[in-house]
Amino acid sequence: MPVKVVIPTPLRQYTGKKDSVEIEARTVGEALAGLTSRYSDLRKHLYNEEGKLRSFVNVYVNDEDIRFLQRDQTPLTETDVISIVPSIAGGSMIRCICS
Amino acid sequence: MAIQLNAQQLQSIRSHAEREYPNECCGVLLGRADGAVKEVSEVVPLKNLRLDSARAQELLPLEDPGRESEKNRFLIDPLEQMMVEKDARSRELDVLGYYHSHPDHPARPSIYDRDHAWPWYSYIILSVERGKAAEMTSWVLSEDRAHFDPELMKP
Ligand SMILES: [Zn+2]
Repeated sequence: MPVKVVIPTPLRQYTGKKDSVEIEARTVGEALAGLTSRYSDLRKHLYNEEGKLRSFVNVYVNDEDIRFLQRDQTPLTETDVISIVPSIAGGSMIRCICS
Repeated sequence: MAIQLNAQQLQSIRSHAEREYPNECCGVLLGRADGAVKEVSEVVPLKNLRLDSARAQELLPLEDPGRESEKNRFLIDPLEQMMVEKDARSRELDVLGYYHSHPDHPARPSIYDRDHAWPWYSYIILSVERGKAAEMTSWVLSEDRAHFDPELMKP
């Protein structure tokens, strides 16, 4: 069963410019695994070295954060839309790292 | 790439930052990217979720809440951001980047900025000195995530 995954602008360079991708999956975990195996360059931006989703990557099924559903195990139906939403955070402090 | 903002858009960033001083402000830049230039068509101020510390802590915990606060950190609510992005897409606009202020700090990215940055987006930083808008700069994360490169801001 294909579900739609919406790709945010900064990650489209790794999905051949596509702004959404159809993936065969029954759970969120399967959808993300399918996505990163098709587009392997996406992996380093979504997962850390331990293979966990980075803390500033948010995944939504429709309008629900998977952290408040069943995370990777969240079941999907055909009409579900998965969105990858980067947390935007930052701040001023001390050391400058400009090039 | 370069990013293009008109005088009115620059002014709305400055006013937002002065209004929020001494806290950090943040917002999103919408528009269209064609080849070499990101052309901004809308500057949308967003809420700094750090001001709602319980919810912010749940979404992206601060490592050292004693030294980090809404004064030197910002966080955009991902749900609000998703709504803005959806609305932008329906009008055939894209998110081109984000802006935030550095109250009483230079307009240079911090390590924290880098560790939470995404490739391709423009990160505009506005320094606010004693309540007055000062230098404004724009930055893009390098491909290896190691540093930011300065980005040209065009009128
Ligand atoms: Zn910053």
